[in-house]
This record gives sequence, structure tokens and C-alpha cells, in this order.
Amino acid sequence: MIEIRGLKKRLSRKQVLDGLDLDVHTGETLVVLGPSGTGKSVLLKHIIGLMAPDEGSIRIDGQEIVGLKEGALNRVRRRFGMLFQGAALFDSMTVGENVSLAMLEHQNGMTPDEVGRRVRERLEWVGLKDAGGMKPASLSGGMRKRVGLARALALDPEYILYDEPTTGLDPITADVINQLIRDLQKQLNVTSVAVTHDITSAYTIADRIVLLYDGRIVFSGTPDETRGTRDPMVRQFIEGSSRGPIQPL
Amino acid sequence: MANGLTGEEVALRGFRFLRSRAGDALAEIGRVSLLIGEMLQLLVRRLPAFRLLVQQMNAIGVDSLWLVIVVSLFTGAVAAVQAAYQFTAVVPLKFLSAVIMRSVVIELGPVLTALVIGGRVGASIAAELGTMKVTEQIDALRAMGINPVRYLVAPRVTAAIIMLPILTIYADAIAIFGGFVVAVNVVGVSAATYMQGLREYFYLKDVMSGIVKSLFFGGIIGTMGCYYGFQTEGGAEGVGKATTGAVVTSCVLVLILDYILASILFRVVFA
Repeated sequence: MIEIRGLKKRLSRKQVLDGLDLDVHTGETLVVLGPSGTGKSVLLKHIIGLMAPDEGSIRIDGQEIVGLKEGALNRVRRRFGMLFQGAALFDSMTVGENVSLAMLEHQNGMTPDEVGRRVRERLEWVGLKDAGGMKPASLSGGMRKRVGLARALALDPEYILYDEPTTGLDPITADVINQLIRDLQKQLNVTSVAVTHDITSAYTIADRIVLLYDGRIVFSGTPDETRGTRDPMVRQFIEGSSRGPIQPL
Repeated sequence: MANGLTGEEVALRGFRFLRSRAGDALAEIGRVSLLIGEMLQLLVRRLPAFRLLVQQMNAIGVDSLWLVIVVSLFTGAVAAVQAAYQFTAVVPLKFLSAVIMRSVVIELGPVLTALVIGGRVGASIAAELGTMKVTEQIDALRAMGINPVRYLVAPRVTAAIIMLPILTIYADAIAIFGGFVVAVNVVGVSAATYMQGLREYFYLKDVMSGIVKSLFFGGIIGTMGCYYGFQTEGGAEGVGKATTGAVVTSCVLVLILDYILASILFRVVFA
């Protein structure tokens, strides 16, 4: 379980997170919706300790991670997998090397054969079992995301964080990624946090949807509750209107 | 005054500007020191993975060899032409090879090698790490629980410290050979005289001083490339700035440190 309390972060004179409270329950898939530039990615980076808050607390299964030293944070991070917005594949390495890196670096007593088998398995999960020898530069956007997902799954994470998993993809490829996320979650029973502004993606993958605005969570509900809500901010976001309580940047 | 400012206000603004610049410079030195400190701490605990180190030694050293060969060949050749010209009617030409050799191994070999490698390698390290930074690849490493200083910085800096002295030894030999070709074929010194000059005036401490300098230059080039790469913000423009910053800073630091090391080596250590 992830418990976030009173999280505050100021970036270049803008109060990006302003006393944010959020719980992510074990086993659920939480989608954080919000307009661009509201600090959704910043929130994810706080959860995995890539950014440190100005104030507030983040507990992972009861362990406070704010203020941890890099070494201790690294142990926490190994329980996470993260899919970055642009996939952030290491472009000097092949697809297979990208997926195997964490396994090799954290040498969990795995033999090279085991690593190879696991890499093939992860790539098979995302439907790219023959892509191991390719370089990231030769992949399409959708394939890059899938490799990024295979890489995030390398160490059997308990938590997976998705930063805009469908941004920049065509609607069909986006749906492929959404289904993949959904299937993997059922199969692996992980706890997930996805941030997105893609409402279709949110409906497909979420158990619960929250809306981030002005540095706080202003709405929380199931996908059905979200569809039926009268909350003017959520309505404006779902309908995609520039008029309403949410001020476009 | 222009803009309706009094002299005092202009002075105050100037003072504030200088103060903020000095503050920026201090902050910069602090950040570089922190990076070096973290790297040393990591290196003491565990040496970089052999595979990563060899990869970087290849990229920094072996791939730079042709550049170093061309630069040092012509450095030696120019040294021969210039020295012969300055010797005219003052110094006998039998000293030509000694002057070429000593100026090459003490100064020209290590410094010119450091400057061209600073350009080639410093820029490529800064551009590579800078691109990794802006495409979140460095965040991705950290998110996997891999320390980017251990994984990216330590192998690069170590490889630069190992390879710069080796490149400098090549540069020394090739520059002396370049001087030989010009001295014998253009200036008209006999091969035997050239070789005799080399033998008579060879001092090991000259070579050692050049090697010691190049160790430090390697450290500067590797560290500055990595530091500017890690500081990169905001896309292609940021990567461009990082690259320029790495090259300019390493070249300036190489020349400043060259003076400091020369003073220490020749006035204290070898005095």
C-alpha cells in the first residue's frame, strides 16, 4: 500500500504539489487524471524517490521513503517497475539488453541462461518475443512502450508506475497497450499507478480514478462513478471543454 | 544617467550582478565536488564493471588514436621547423632534437593531447549523457535502483584517467618522429645527429612529468563531460549547451592545471 500525506513540491516558483493526500491500495490500479502540467509525472517521480518533496510523507507498505539515503531508496525502487513517458529505453543497448540490465546489475544469483530465459519470457508477455536483438531506434512508438513495459517487469515488481502509457500513440495502438496493461495486471496481481490525460485509457485500465488539479486530489471514484459524476471539474475534463472551473494553462 | 539611474544605483546593480555570478560559480564548484566525492566513494567500495570500463577505454582511447597520431605528427614537424628557424645563427642544430623532444614530452604532448581529447571525448560524453538525461534514461536507471554515478560516471572517468597517459606516450613518440622527418629531410640535420641529441638529453623525469599531468587531464576531461551531461536541461538546446560547456571548461581547466602542475613538478618534486 502506498500512503501519501501532505505532499508539497515547488518547482521554479510554481507550487506543483500543494498538500496532496492519496492512498493506493494493494492490488488496485489507480489512474491519476489531470490536465498537462499539473504535476502528474512529478507525483510519480516522488513515489519512486526520483524527486524529494519539500514537505510531506510517502509510505510504501508502512516504510517512510522521504528522507531515505540513495542506497536505501535503491532497495525500495527494486520493488517498483516504471514505464516512462517516452519509454526511456537505453538507446546504446539492444532491446534484450534493456530488459536484462536490472537482472544483471542486481545479480540475484541468476545464471546467464536464466536471465536469457526471463528476458524472452518478458518480451513474449508484451508480444515482442523476436525483438530481443533490435535497437530501440528502429522500433515504432508502440513497440518502444511495450519494450519499456517488458523492462519494467524485469524484476517481478510489486508496484508498477505508468507515466502517460498511451500518449503519442494512435488509438488502435493505444488500445493494444491498454489491454496489455489490463492483462498483465490480472496475470501478475500487481499494484499500479498510472498518470494520464487519456480518458479512454483511464476507463479501460482503472479500478479507481482520481483527478489531480492545483496540486491536490479533487475527485476520487470508480470508472462508473467517474462517468456519472456531476463534479464540474471531472465533467469538464471528460467532455474536453476549455470552459469550466479548470483553467487551461 | 541613461535610464534615469544614479551612479550609485548602477554600482549597486553591478555589485549585485557580480555577487550572483560569484555565487553561481561557487555553486558550480560545489556540485562538481559533490560529483567527484560520490564517484570516489563508489570507486573505493567497488571498481567499475570490467565490461563497462573496457567499452569506455575503447571509445575514449582506441577510437581517438588516429586523431592523436595526426595531431602529434604535425606538432613534431612544426616544432622542428620553428626551432630550426629560431636557432639560425644562435644555437647549433645538433641541439634541435633535444629541444623538440623535451618540449614535446614535457609540454606539447600531454597538453595538446588533452586539448584534442577534451574536444572529442568531452563533447561526446556530455552529448551522450545529456541526451540520456533529457530522454529520462538517467531517471530510468535510478528507477531500476542503479546508481548512475556508478554505472555511467565511474567507468568514463576511470577510462579517461587510464587512457590519457597512454595516448600521451603515443603522442610523444609520434611527435618526436614527426620532428625527425622534418629535421632530416627539410632542415638538413643528419639522422645520426638527431638520434644522438635524443640520447644525450633524455631525462626520465621529463617523460614522467608529462604522464603525471596527463593523468590529471584525463580526470578533468572525464569529470567535466559527465558533469555537464548530468546538468543538461531541456532538449536539444540543452544538449548543445552541455557539450560546449564540457569542452570549454575542460580546455580551460587543462591549461590552468598545466601551470599549477608544472610549478609543483619542476619547482618542488623534481627540483
